[in-house]
Order: sequence, then C-alpha cells, then structure tokens
Amino acid sequence: MGFLTNLINGISLGSVYAIIALGYTMVYGIAKMLNFAHGDVIMVGGYICFIAMNNLGLPPVVAVLLSMVGCTCLGIVVERLAYKPLREAPSLAVLITAIGVSYLLQNTALLVWGADPKAFRSIVDLPSIKLLGGQLTVAPISIVTVLANVAIMVGLTLFTTRTKMGKAMRACSEDKGAAQLMGINVNTTISMVFAIGSGLAAIAGVLLCSTYPTLMPTTGSLPGIKAFTAAVVGGIGSIPGAALGGILLGIIEIFAKAYIGTQLADAIVFGVLIVVLLIRPAGLLGQEIREKV
Amino acid sequence: MSTPNMSRRGFLMASGSVAASAILAGCGGSSDGSSAAASDTFKIGGIGPVTGAAAIYGSATKFGAQVAVDEVNAAGSIKMELNWQDDEHDAEKSVNAYNTLKDWGMQILVGTTTTTPCIAVTTETNADRIFQLTPSASSVNVIGGEEIGADPGNVRKDNVFQMCFTDPNQGTASAQYISSKQLGKKIAIIYNNADAYSTGIYQKFIDEAAALNLEVVSTQTFTDDQTDFSVQVGDAKSNGADLLFLPIYYTPAALILSEAKKQDYAPKFFGVDGMDGILDLEGFDTALAEGVMLLTPFVATAEDEATQAFDEAYKAAAKSDANPNQFAADAYDCVKAIAQAIETAGLTPDMSAADLCEALIAQFTDASFSYSGLTGESSWSTTGEVTKTPKGMVIENGVYMPLDEA
Repeated sequence: MGFLTNLINGISLGSVYAIIALGYTMVYGIAKMLNFAHGDVIMVGGYICFIAMNNLGLPPVVAVLLSMVGCTCLGIVVERLAYKPLREAPSLAVLITAIGVSYLLQNTALLVWGADPKAFRSIVDLPSIKLLGGQLTVAPISIVTVLANVAIMVGLTLFTTRTKMGKAMRACSEDKGAAQLMGINVNTTISMVFAIGSGLAAIAGVLLCSTYPTLMPTTGSLPGIKAFTAAVVGGIGSIPGAALGGILLGIIEIFAKAYIGTQLADAIVFGVLIVVLLIRPAGLLGQEIREKV
Repeated sequence: MSTPNMSRRGFLMASGSVAASAILAGCGGSSDGSSAAASDTFKIGGIGPVTGAAAIYGSATKFGAQVAVDEVNAAGSIKMELNWQDDEHDAEKSVNAYNTLKDWGMQILVGTTTTTPCIAVTTETNADRIFQLTPSASSVNVIGGEEIGADPGNVRKDNVFQMCFTDPNQGTASAQYISSKQLGKKIAIIYNNADAYSTGIYQKFIDEAAALNLEVVSTQTFTDDQTDFSVQVGDAKSNGADLLFLPIYYTPAALILSEAKKQDYAPKFFGVDGMDGILDLEGFDTALAEGVMLLTPFVATAEDEATQAFDEAYKAAAKSDANPNQFAADAYDCVKAIAQAIETAGLTPDMSAADLCEALIAQFTDASFSYSGLTGESSWSTTGEVTKTPKGMVIENGVYMPLDEA
C-alpha cells in the first residue's frame, strides 16, 4: 500500500513539474532561449492567487483567473522590456538577462510581500478521498493537478497543430527567417509564446502552492530548476517530452525519498539528468522535433 | 570567516569607534573602548531575524526585549538603550549585524535569536569579550563545552549564557513528558537533519526514549527548502504511530500538519519551542494545529499579574493583537536578568564592554544569583545552561492552554 501511495504522490508532484516544464519547453522550442525567470513567474502567480483569496476574499476560480491574467501581463512586459531588445543578440546574453530577471522578480517580491512565509490555502478545500477501505487516501488537489496537466498538454498540442497561431509558432521554431518571409510576424509570435508560458506558470504556481501550502519569494526557484531538468530529460522543445519528463522526475524523487533516503533525493533527481543526457543527449522524446539542418 | 567580514573590520578600524576588540588590537592602531563611555546609558545590542523564514521569532524577541528595556528605564535606577539588528536567520548576516552593533558601541548582547547564526556570533563575542545572553538559541554549541555534548573542539565560551533550555534538555524533557503522561505508545519523529537545533533535540530525545522504553516506529528526516512531506508523513502513518514528535520550526511543521490532514492521518502532534509561532503564520488555518502539544516555559494566557502586564505592554509595543510567545518572554527575561545582575553587582555604564563582561560572568555564575521572571525561576551554572521547569501546552481553539489543566 505504501508503494501505491508513493506512486500517487509521485504522479501528483510530477504533474506540477510537468506543467512548469511545459512553460520552459514552449519558450525554448520557439524562441530558442532558456527563460530562467519562469520559476519566479510561478511564485508571482502564487502570490496573486494568495492575495486574491485571503485579502480580497475572492472565490478560488476567480483568484486563479486573476493570477493567470496577472502572470500573462507580467510575461509580456518582461519579454518586451528584457528579451525583445536582445532578439539578435547571442544566446548567452539572453540567458544572463533571464537570470537577471529571475533575481529582479525574487527581490521585488521580497520588497513587496516580505520574506515571511505565507500559508497558502488550497484552492480545492475538500476532504481526502479514501479508497480500498481507508488504506489509501488521495488528496483532491492531486487529482485536480493531474487532470490540469492532461488538459493543458492536450490543449497545447491541439493549439500548436490546429490553429493558425500555433502553426506560426512551429514555423518560427523551425526557421525564423523563412517564417518571416512567409509573412509571419515573428515578434508577435514570440510575445504570444511568452504570454501562454506565463499563463501556464500561474496555474503551476497555484497548483504547487495548493499541494505544498507554503509561499515565499524563493518558492519558485527549486521547483523551477527541477522542472527545467524535467524538460531537458523529456527533450526540451517537445510538449509530450515535458509531460513525460515531469512525471518521471516526480516519481523518481518520491521513490528516492521513500526507499533510498530523503537527503539523497535531490542528488538522485539531478543524477538522472546526467545519465539521460549521456545516453540520449536530446532527451527522451527530443529527437523528433530536433532542427533538421 | 569570509573576506567581506574582514573588509568590514577594516572599515570599523578606520572609523575608530569600536570598543575593545582583540582582533582590532591585533590589527593595530585603534584606541580601546573609549567611545561608549561618554554615556550614562548601558548600550544593549540585540540580533535576531526580523525578516525571513524565522521572522516570527526575531520580531517576538525584539519587542519582548524592548518592553523590558522600557520597564527598566521607567524604574529609573539604571538606564538602557536597545539597538536591534536583523540577521534573517543567516550566520554571515548575523556576524555583519554584530559588527554593526560593535560599531555603535554595544556593551552587552541580547541574542541571537536562532541557533545557527548564534554559534557564529558567540565565537566573535568570546574573542571580543562581550557578555552575551541568548533568549532562544538552544544548541549546546552556542555555549560550547564538550562535556555537555558540544561538538569536539568547541570549548566552553564562558561569556555566553542561555535563557532557554538547551536542545538536549528539550529533547530529554519531551521524552520524559511523553512517557510520564502516557501520550503515545508508538512514536514517529520527523526532524530537519540540516539544522543543528533540530538534530540536537532529536539525538537526546531518542536516547531518553530508549531509556524510558518508548517505542519509536518511524524516524524521517528532511532538509531546508523541502516542501514535500508526503513520504515522511506516509511512513509515520503506515507504521501506525499514534504520536508524531516534531523537533522543528513552525514553517515545515505547518506543511506537515497540512500533509497529515491530506493523508487523513490524525496522531497526536508534539512539538518543542520552535513550534511556537505557528498560530501567527499568515494564512495558516489554525484548525490544523488543534490539539498540537508543545513544551514551553511560558504561556501568554496565564493569569498571573506579571504575564498579564507583559501581554498588554507587548501588544502595545508590537502594535499587534497577537499574544506574545515564549520567545518574547525569553527576551524580556534576558534584559531583566541582565538589569538585575547589573544592579546586584553595582556596575556602571562607563565600564568597558570587557570589564562588564567579566563582572556579569561572575554574577551569573554566582550560586546565590537567581532571576525570577515570566519563564519561571532561572539560575545558571558555569556551563551557561539555564535551570528551570518546562510546562506542557496544548493548542485549543487557536490559543495555548496549559496541558496539565486541559
């Protein structure tokens, strides 16, 4: 029974990683940049939701929507101010800028909301579900997280394959120059990607804080790094890859904690990254959408 | 120590406004301990986290100390001035805060609030000969001394005393309390093995539990920044523990309580003084903490006159409706105990920090010296440990109630 419980917890944690990883992978796949500030957008999303629910007394659904709107705007502003001027700059410059934005967001949050941790109240405040005669308990938030993950993945896949904007994104991903010649507005497309990625970050933030109810300016950092690892393990740029990598990493982390030791769990998670990169440098599902030269 | 501290010292030396310091003297040139002497006021420094993850403790100690300083000044026989510096529960920032206070001319230090920074600062005060009384840093490594369980090579720092129980005493007292009140048959423990405070209590608890034949069925650890406790709580649950011992701070404790609810697991929860503050966590659902027990020397709801007066003064100083916790009471007692020692020994504010330090050490270790305050009747041995009796508390309807009467 312990095994099953751990598996469920692993999938739940993995789904949070997967949603965050989707944000990384979208931005990387299309803009070819690592948006290290993604984890901190998650934290901002958590704070907006916390304030909407606790200080303004709004219902959870409204709070989540508000948080998505807030983060989407934040994503667009950050992109416009920090990344857009560097569109032609070497990728290293953009990477360093992203790290700078990450610190800026963290320290701004420190100034605005203070460093004291807040206890986040779950958006799904229902009693746990008992299965198998009470031996197995599942938290409703875990189910919501897994469902949200599946919905987002399916939605994103449909969006990128079926819609005009989605096709434009894929075109930009393959060859920016050629896409521009075909009449696609590359700048708008990339801004759109950031908007979607940041909206996802808001959802991830709310789900993360609902599962692990604590919120402080550094809340997004470690999950952000692990989700980035998940995106790389799955194959960065690949949407199913991010989902697979996320869930895999979540399960590995929980199992490592349960059967090997709590201290080693993080080391094992990052160890897996190294092993995967040695065996399959493009990640588990990375090959299919690698650039063809 | 790292380079920034060295350059800070260089700056302090250049400014020449610092009391006697072995290191400064070693660097040469600075005149010893002249700056603080002009005043008729004792300069009391305080260090503790006013922001950051442990902010509740630091703020409580800051306001508790301020209430005591105000009272001492109102009584009129001696004058004190308190300067409180934030260390964010970080060792390096704490040493920086200490240097800031030395720059200001501090003669006596009340602090630091939390253990890990305190260990770093005690090394400095010991070298600089500044008397230090910590309200709440409870590790034996704070006061030092291998014979009482400090790390090898960490000899007794004779200028450092504690107002709170040491970790070993908390661990031992918790095990004894659980055993004598028969609170649990199968015990699970979750502790932070990256934290000196938590590990210190855990080790003594486990030793005492073995001696008292308490059955420990699950021992789980975590490290800082960890937010997922599903495995640890799940292990306690699957081993059928009916009491979960949490020798940790309140932030992870809040996560553990929430995780236990999620897993529909309701053992008795037993905490130590780090649990104090959980009710003041912003956004925390106090219903989760219902029935949580902890050992603490102070309860704000006690009805004696001193506690009531302190409660009122504290709320006014902190501009808050929250009851003072035991950290506030410990800090209050620190200042009052120092004031009592100063009066008993007839010390004056024009003495240098080093002279005050020797005189206060002599006073605190004097067999006849004892201080009666909010946290009970306290006396000190040459090891720096305090002797007093702990009380069991339980959280009922969002407030602490004495466990023996509940």
